[in-house]
Amino acid sequence: MLNCRDATRLMSEAQDRPLRWGETISLKMHVMMCSGCRHFGDQMHVLRRIVRAYADGADESATTSQRSDQDAAR
Amino acid sequence: MALSFDESGVRSSDEIAWMRDAAFLETLRRQMLKFATQQLSDTHLAEDAVQEAFIGAMKNAQKFAGRAAFKTWVFAILKNKIADALRQRHRAVEVSQLPYADDEEDNAHQLFDHRGFWQADEQPKAWMEPETAIKNAQFWRVFEVCLEHLPGRQGRVFMMREFIELETNEICAALGLTVSNVNVMLHRARLRLRKCLEKNWFVEGESC
Repeated sequence: MLNCRDATRLMSEAQDRPLRWGETISLKMHVMMCSGCRHFGDQMHVLRRIVRAYADGADESATTSQRSDQDAAR
Repeated sequence: MALSFDESGVRSSDEIAWMRDAAFLETLRRQMLKFATQQLSDTHLAEDAVQEAFIGAMKNAQKFAGRAAFKTWVFAILKNKIADALRQRHRAVEVSQLPYADDEEDNAHQLFDHRGFWQADEQPKAWMEPETAIKNAQFWRVFEVCLEHLPGRQGRVFMMREFIELETNEICAALGLTVSNVNVMLHRARLRLRKCLEKNWFVEGESC
């Protein structure tokens, strides 16, 4: 059975390439029994979402930013 | 930096205030240069890319009412300039030239026990409300610090993949690395970054 190091490696690679059938199956079996890796898998999607938001300037339009207040007041 | 908007016929009274905000423009230029230098490992190439991106973006500056919109636009152009430069320059950078050549026997093994299972206190936990986090300026400060703390190579490869959105094979070609090198670096970068965010924001940190 897959250990957590290999499971996280596969979940990382799943962000970069389609996993093979066998990889998907063994990953699913591991994740079913391992909440830590389940959270890790969710976080890979969140991480991508965060970096895309960062690239789209979400950090600049976030609240408590004085700059965006100035721009809005204009 | 001398910039002219004469050809657009925009009178100075119509100009958007941030265009004359030298501090804003200088900060932005410095951020861009830092990012481009990290990605290209070459100050001259980085300066060229930043200058081209800046000039390109300034041509349409009047369209952007706010600083945030302008910054997003100029970074989008810069990303493309960097991606082009990296694609053109196959294998120009030797692995040995990269910073932190191999500091990276890393704490990856500290996360897992000898059998490769999570150490008890390293198990990832559920993250609270990521959609709320990305609207919070404080979160972005945490994120930037976590990003800075990735070792040079990991941070660079991670940003090539996630920020510039290069494919793995393009990263391999640009850096002269194998696919498995790149996969290992991305895996470690993601392990490290998620841990940093979890520790400093999503679980133990205060989210206001």
